[in-house]
Parts: sequence; C-alpha cells; structure tokens
Amino acid sequence: MAKYLTQRFVYMVITLFLIASLTFFLMKIIPGTPFSNASKLSEAQLSIMIDKYGLDEPVPVQYANYLLNLLKGDLGVSFQFNNVGVTDIIVNSMGPSATLGALAILFGTFFGIILGVISALKQNTWVDYSSTFIAVLGKSIPSFVFAGLLQYYVGVKLGWFPVAFWRGPEYMVLPTIALAMFPLATASRFVRTEMIEVMESDYITLAKAKGASWFEIAFKHALRNALIPVVTVLGPLVVSLMTGSLVIEKIFGIPGIGEQFVKSITINDYPVIMGTTLLFAALFVVVILIVDLLYGVIDPRIRLAGGKK
Amino acid sequence: MKKSKYFLLLSLMLVISSFLAACGGGDDAGKDKEGADKTAAVQELKMLESTAIPSMDSVMAQDTVSFTTLNNVNEGLYRLDPNQEVVEGVADGEPTISEDGTVYTFKLKDAKWSNGEPVTANDFVYAWQRAIDPENASPYGPYMMDGKIKGAAEITAAAAEKKEYDLNTLGVKAVDDKTLEVTLERPIPYFKSLMAFPTFYPQNQKFVEEQGENFGLKAENVLYNGPFVLTEWDGSTDEEWVYAKNTEYWDADTVKLEKLTWNVLKESQAAANAFETGEVDITGKLSSDVVPQYTGDERLLNWLEPTIFWLKMNQKNNPALKNVNIRKAIAQAINKQDFVDGVLANGSIVANYAVPNEFVKNEETGEDFRAINGNELLPYNVDEAKKAWEAGLAELGTDTVEVRYLGDDTESAKKAAEYVKNQLETNLPGIKVTVESVPFSVRLDRENAQDYDLQMAGWGPDYLDPMTFSDLWLTGGGNNKMDYSNEKYDQLVKEAQTTLAQSPVERYEALAEAERILIEEDAAIAPLYQRSSNLLVSEKVENFTYHLVGPEYSFKWTSVK
Repeated sequence: MAKYLTQRFVYMVITLFLIASLTFFLMKIIPGTPFSNASKLSEAQLSIMIDKYGLDEPVPVQYANYLLNLLKGDLGVSFQFNNVGVTDIIVNSMGPSATLGALAILFGTFFGIILGVISALKQNTWVDYSSTFIAVLGKSIPSFVFAGLLQYYVGVKLGWFPVAFWRGPEYMVLPTIALAMFPLATASRFVRTEMIEVMESDYITLAKAKGASWFEIAFKHALRNALIPVVTVLGPLVVSLMTGSLVIEKIFGIPGIGEQFVKSITINDYPVIMGTTLLFAALFVVVILIVDLLYGVIDPRIRLAGGKK
Repeated sequence: MKKSKYFLLLSLMLVISSFLAACGGGDDAGKDKEGADKTAAVQELKMLESTAIPSMDSVMAQDTVSFTTLNNVNEGLYRLDPNQEVVEGVADGEPTISEDGTVYTFKLKDAKWSNGEPVTANDFVYAWQRAIDPENASPYGPYMMDGKIKGAAEITAAAAEKKEYDLNTLGVKAVDDKTLEVTLERPIPYFKSLMAFPTFYPQNQKFVEEQGENFGLKAENVLYNGPFVLTEWDGSTDEEWVYAKNTEYWDADTVKLEKLTWNVLKESQAAANAFETGEVDITGKLSSDVVPQYTGDERLLNWLEPTIFWLKMNQKNNPALKNVNIRKAIAQAINKQDFVDGVLANGSIVANYAVPNEFVKNEETGEDFRAINGNELLPYNVDEAKKAWEAGLAELGTDTVEVRYLGDDTESAKKAAEYVKNQLETNLPGIKVTVESVPFSVRLDRENAQDYDLQMAGWGPDYLDPMTFSDLWLTGGGNNKMDYSNEKYDQLVKEAQTTLAQSPVERYEALAEAERILIEEDAAIAPLYQRSSNLLVSEKVENFTYHLVGPEYSFKWTSVK
C-alpha cells in the first residue's frame, strides 16, 4: 500500500508540473492586455508597467522565473487587485465555494441515491416516473434558471430564505438547492440503472429466499454494488462543484472562487489564472486518488495494484 | 412490513424537511421586521456594488468601485457635491492663482487622519510623488498628471527610456505644513475639479511606510480623513464592507448617516430581488433587461451618464475608411432612435455629438456645452447616407466594401453588433460587415495595435471639462488609435488648451467648432448613444448623491427619512 501511494504521489507531481507548464504557455498565447485601463495609458506609461510586471522578458525566462517562485510557494501578485497575493485570493474565496460545493454534493447525492433506489425498486410505477421526471429536470434545466426561480419564488414571494449574500446557515439554503440539482439527478439516474441490474443478480435472489427484509436487501446488499459507477462520476463532480460555480455565485452574491477563475482568464490576470488552474488540477488528482481508494472500500473485489501482496 | 418501513422513511423525511422550512421561514420573517424597525429609527443603509474593492491605495486605484470608496472615506483638496459643484475638502477656501494661471496655492484646514495626526501639505506632496513614481507604475498617476502638473510627463518619459529622473521635479511643494503650492504645465480651467479625483488625495507618509507591502490591503491598513471610515473590510476578495461615520471628520456635523453596509451582487435581477425583500435599500446600476420592469416606478432613479458610445473608424488598414464619403455614409446609415428605444430601452439617448449632454456648463454663461452645437451633427439620414455611399464607392472605383466590426463579447454588445451590421447592410448596398466579438481585454489590446476597422467603444470622462473628450482625437493622441488627423481640429483644441484657457466663452466655442469638424466634416467617428444609469433607491433614502466623473457616489449628505 505504501509503495502504491508513493508511486501515485510521484505521478501526481509530474501531472501537476505538466499542467502548470502547459497552462503557462497556453496563457501566453491568449490575446489581450492585462491592464484594464490600457486605452488610457500612453506608450511611455505602458512600457513602464510592462517592465514592472516583468512582461517584457522572453517567455522562457518568465517560465523559469515562474517555476522558481512556485517551488518557493510564491504564486505571485494579482494584476486586478493592487498588491494582493494570489495565495490570499485563493484562501479567501475557496472557503465559501468549498462549503457550498460540499453541501450540494452531500444533499444532492443523499437524495439522489434515495430517489434512485426507490425508483429502481418501484420500477415503472408512478414513483419511478416522477423520480425520472425530477432527474430530467435536474439535468436539463441550467442551474442559473433554477437559481433564479428559487430566488424569486422561495426568496422574494414566500420569503422563506434570504435571497442573497453569504452570512450564515440560512443564506446557504437556496444556493445549495440550486447547485444540488445536478448531482441529485446524476446520482439518481446512475443508482437506478445499476440497482435494476444488481437486483436481478443471483445473490439478491438468494438473499430474498433467505427472507432478508426489503430494507436489508436494498441498502445492505444491492446498493453497495450499485454505488461503484456513482463514485466514479461523483469524484470529478465534487471538484467541479467545490471549486465554485460562476452563475450561482453571481446570482446569490457568494464571494467564491468560481468567478475569480473565469474572470482572471477574460481579463488576462496571469498570476490568478495560474494559481486557480493549479489549485483545480491539484484537487482533481487528489480526488481521483481518493476515488481509487474508495473502490476498494466499497467493493473488496477491486484490489489496488500491489494490494494482494 | 416492507411497506411500513418505506413509508416511515418517507414520512420522516417529510417531517424533517417541513420542520427545516418552517424554521427558516420563521427566523427570516422575524429578522426582516426587526430590521425594518431599526432602520426607520436609526441612520443605517444597505447598498449593492458590482464588484469588491480592488484597491484602497488612492495612488494605485484605477476603477470606479475603488474611487467611490476612497471618495467616502478619504478626502482631497476638494470634493463634488450633490449638484456636481466643486466644494471644499481639505482645502480652506479658494486657492490663490498666479496671474498666468499656472501656480496654485492652497491653504489647508485643520483636518485629521484617523490616527490623530494632522493632514499636512507634505501628505499631498508624498502621495503625488508616489503616484508619478515609475517604481510604483501607477496606471492613473501619469494619466492624470502628464501634461498637467509640471514635470510629470518628463518623469514618465525618462523612466520609459530607462534614464534618471528626480521625483522632486514634480510641480508640487509644501511651503509649510498648511500651505501647498502646485505648478502646472499650462493654465487648466478645470483644475479645481481635478483636485476632487482620488489620485490627487493626500497620504500619510509615516503610515504608508510603516505598512509597507500591507498598505491598503485591509480596513486596518488604511488611514481615513473623509466623512466615513471603512470597517469590516477584509481585503479585495471580501464582498461585504461597512462605512461608519467618522466623528473626527472636520465637517462631521453635516454627516447624518451612521452606517452604510455594502454587498456585492453582480446579477441585476438578483439585485432587484434583494431590493424587493428589503435586504438592501439601494441597488447598484441595473442592466437594461431589468429596467423595463420598473418603468414608472418612483423608486427607479435614472440619470444621463456623460458616457458616449461610438463607432471608431480606423483609417489605418482599410482604404475604404480613409474615404470621407464612406465614413459619412456609415455614420448616417444607422437608425439610432430605434436602437436606443428598441435594443437598449433603458433611458439612453441618441448621440449626434462627441461631447456629452448634461455634462458641463460654461462657467460664465451657465449654459450647457451642448447648447452650441445641439444634437444635430450628422444625424441618421438614409438618403444622405446612400448619396455619400455612391460617391465614396465611385471615388474608390469599387462596388463592394468589406469591414470588420470589433465589439465586446457581452450579451448587450453582441446585440448592438447585430443591430449595426443589419443597419449598414440594409442601407448601404455592397457593404459586408464581419462581426468580431471579443473579451474586453482583447478589444483594448487590438485597439492599441489598431487591429480593427470599426470598433464599438465608449468613453467616460475623468474630469469635468469638454477637454476630456476633445483631446482624444488630436493627431497622434494617446487615445486616438484610428489615425485620425486634421490640422484645423488640432489647432482649435490646442488653442483651447493654451491661449483661450482663461476665456471660457471663446474656449467653449473653439471646442464646439472642433467637434463640428470632427463629426460633420470628417465623420471621424459615428456616435451612437449616450448611456443612462438606472438604479433602485428606497423611498426612505434622502439626498442620494451620484456623480458624473470619477467616484460614482457620495454619502456625506445622505440620510434616512
């Protein structure tokens, strides 16, 4: 196991290095100026600014400097905010996004799994059809439409929850529901399909013959096997939800990282582009590792490489 | 048996969820009521902004949110009042101005920084030198000072060529603690209003140097000398911050508002929703799609911004755009009225001019600058457009013209692009318009490289004078970037900057004549519309103050009914 983990770790570092390098060069190809007031700057002034931010150096030199700073743990300073370190931006805006993403994942998968199990067991009844309907809505309605509807009807009309901002638990309800629709739909569809298949396998018939209760069969025997594909899809979904959603953040006024990422690209804020990309990439490789480890926990038949020794 | 368990689970979920819902609802309703009672009794307001505060260093700030915050928590020599008039800030009364109009001497009040130290003339010298210092590479410092404050342009030029420079050559001097002397490159009639701009605010040298890298990063890393102090601001990623009344402010008696809480909400419909629930008392500027819902609503505040959007016609690459008849045809072929009514629908108005309406008044006659040329410079006229088009094509010896249209990639900018393309292709036979929608930063880059034919661009002023629009089109001017050049135009603007600087009436006439040449004779640009601002203001807010240049709002005079 230790050897496996070391090996994986080395691969992870290599992957991140490649991503960092690729992003750096891709970023240098994006057209556009990083200076938001470029149209007001005289040529002399523009050259002073380009000089200050080291943008006049040849790209390979900039790349080398970047890697050196990265090794020192220095992600640089943002262009859009005066003197603000990229690390600070990430640390400050990661919190709300991660909280919201985690809530959405928990809420979404929990209800998604329940919905999926129920519709698998009650296949082709009205229960199944209504859960399919919910899943189709959840997958096909874009989250900003859903967020807007929730905000207007539940926030303004019913007044049950605050319409926007990020100040405490009650402020998290509407954005969580809006963001949870997609994982809910995804989980319920995967669980339903897998459950139907698993329920037809021999060991379930055996369990039924032995007189195991409905609850025991569904949740103890069948669900565990049905979860494998769910875990596979959920892994990357966790990362994408926890790294923030631009639209949800915009509509509910959440100070998250989703916007920093998208905005930094459109305004050519190079250090923030690099910082957020690296963060997202690091989260992805870690989650993929966790998913691989989870397979073994959920289904002992899947052994990690070297696990048998 | 099986069924009962299933139903148990389901009913449990139902109970939990209805409990949670009821809980949340009850909480919120209670809070709302309480909040409403409170705000009616005390001087507290909540407002929305479109982004967080990028910078609280007045020298480095370069965006309206930063400028607005600085304007409320700090103060320069002067500030703008609710009537857009220049009123005293730290300066004590009117400056003494030398005979030739180039040396201003300001006396300072006994104003205090929030750490108790007095605001001195040296604080201005220090801040201005920081702003021009190439080491800091401030974007607004050289932009606001070059060609205006003596010595500024030389420092910038020397640094760009990597030569030596001396910050003490900048024309700003502390005669004593309470006397500031500023030397200008040339007489500037609007100099006092320029002093209301945050780039010219003072900074306490000791504090800035103590803070070092941390200066301006959080509420506690800034010193205040304005009507309010900033509290609960945790830096540029913080989307909630608070102004609290500054009891040490020299004019604290005027300030009624005790507390103003700001939140960031970018989406206009969400802002309107927050406004409807009473979560906020004033929204930020609303996008046009939300405005029609509030037509006729008394809470909708609408005013004309001095920002004009025009088509820049680049004469560098496309030979057709060098032809004045072709440019005239393009300028007259677009139905602007339908555009502002149908596409924008937010109170924006048709612009047949290059200096905005309701922007500046002649200080001698009190007349709006627009009174001279009106709103009839080369207006929409399909017949004239077609005639000019035919003439232009004949001169070029062709019957087709292809132009690239460069615009932003926002929804509204794309709509505008479609509209202009459609109008031109309908009214000018043989023209082919290719629309290129790009992000803002790319558009700026391509403008600098002059890589476009037609460009939809806007310009907002930085000081209260027509010159902020007129000097854009000087030959080789920093913002021209379309190879427009007309000696007569240059001469008129130069006269307004020099010989006519101290005769307001003649100066305005010269600038108006320059504008007429620019549009009517040369059709250098095709102005489309002047933008209007819309926001929702609760009935309980009194004296909400917006500005036309620099910072967007002032709360010094605002109160709760």
